[in-house]
Amino acid sequence: MNAYAGDVAALARKDLLLEVRSRDTLPAMLLFVVSALTIFHFALPSGSSERAETGLLWIAIVFTALLGLTRAFAAEREGGVLDGLVLAPCDRSAIWLGKTIGLTVFLVLAELVALPAFALFFHPLSWDLVAAVALADIGIASIGTLLAAIAAASRARELLLPLLFLPLAIPVVIGGVGASIASDPGSFLAFLILYDGVFAILSWASFEYVITE
Amino acid sequence: MSTSLLSRHGRGPSVRFGPLFAAAALALLVGGFALAFYWAPEDADQGFSQKIFYLHVPIALTAYACFGWGAWKALRLLWTGERRYDLESYTAIHMGLIFGLLTLVTGSIWAKISWGQWWTWGERQLVLFLILFLFYSSYFMLRYSTDPGPRRERNSAVYALFGVVLIPVSFLAVRIAGTILHPTIFTHEGADLPWQMLVAFLVCLAGMLSLAATLYRVELTGKRIDASLRELRELLA
Repeated sequence: MNAYAGDVAALARKDLLLEVRSRDTLPAMLLFVVSALTIFHFALPSGSSERAETGLLWIAIVFTALLGLTRAFAAEREGGVLDGLVLAPCDRSAIWLGKTIGLTVFLVLAELVALPAFALFFHPLSWDLVAAVALADIGIASIGTLLAAIAAASRARELLLPLLFLPLAIPVVIGGVGASIASDPGSFLAFLILYDGVFAILSWASFEYVITE
Repeated sequence: MSTSLLSRHGRGPSVRFGPLFAAAALALLVGGFALAFYWAPEDADQGFSQKIFYLHVPIALTAYACFGWGAWKALRLLWTGERRYDLESYTAIHMGLIFGLLTLVTGSIWAKISWGQWWTWGERQLVLFLILFLFYSSYFMLRYSTDPGPRRERNSAVYALFGVVLIPVSFLAVRIAGTILHPTIFTHEGADLPWQMLVAFLVCLAGMLSLAATLYRVELTGKRIDASLRELRELLA
């Protein structure tokens, strides 16, 4: 178990270190989400309700995550690292967990900019919304890592990933928007926890099959 | 040589029972619709238009059965590594997508007659089927854009398993969204059907499942022949 945790930590550290040095993904995500919020200001007619603004925030979150996901295995593919990872003497699911942790960190960092920007541009945020975003990040990173690995094996990688991802993201949006605007957000937050648990276990268990040649 | 090629995609379903399924589908569907139209009582609220219930709901349940069958075959593929399960899973999902599309169409017709709109977001089953339809259409995109081989077989199998988990998760999501985000206008009558209606419905359901089984076998045979032929061609080239 300790060895497993060590493998996961090493793999997550590799992703974060790579990002710190190359700055490939995160700046693009930050710029994208602020641009999207600016567009939303002009897309919404004046006098739109706060509920509509909150809904658009969730669209921005999902698409920003998608932007990060399309780059998830880019460095591995370009450097031919994937074969090395598969051959490494560690459990294959550790690759999934390390990558998921790295992606979750990216998402949280992007939202540390996006949520204050949203509060500044539109209206103040509730703690329920922040909790829902945090829970959604875990679910998005979990299924996103698995789907990015599936898409990486196809010919139309960048084209295929959004198609694979969006139908699975619909429940996240339902739970997230519900937790943000409903009068009792408890059931929606519980739903997001359930979603995270179910899909994290499924992705963890099935990652081995999508990564091996 | 030829036997090993064919067996990789699995043996053809025994031809003897094929016509049996087709005959059962025909008899049960004709009998079921006859019962539905001439014997089962007319619905007090909706009148004659409620008869589409005997078409729409069996089609929807058959679609679920096909998706479930496809996921079961996908699980078998991952479990045993036998490649013949790939085509079986793919064919089941192919059938499921066709029945899913029919569910959307018949549901839309029912919505138009009952509520005067072709589409209503308040009808949870339709929304759920729209999500599933999008999901399984992506399954086809995945298959078409990945090169044939063990990698595609396993990736498709994993995605098919995600689908069968997505069904209850989306069902729950659409349900809680329906209670709070949208007002619940239409509620189902539940299981308090008159027994004549239930009998007619069950006969229609059995007929629709037999029809799906027939189509599945025909399509599977075709896909196997296609796959074997392609491999023969590659060997000869």
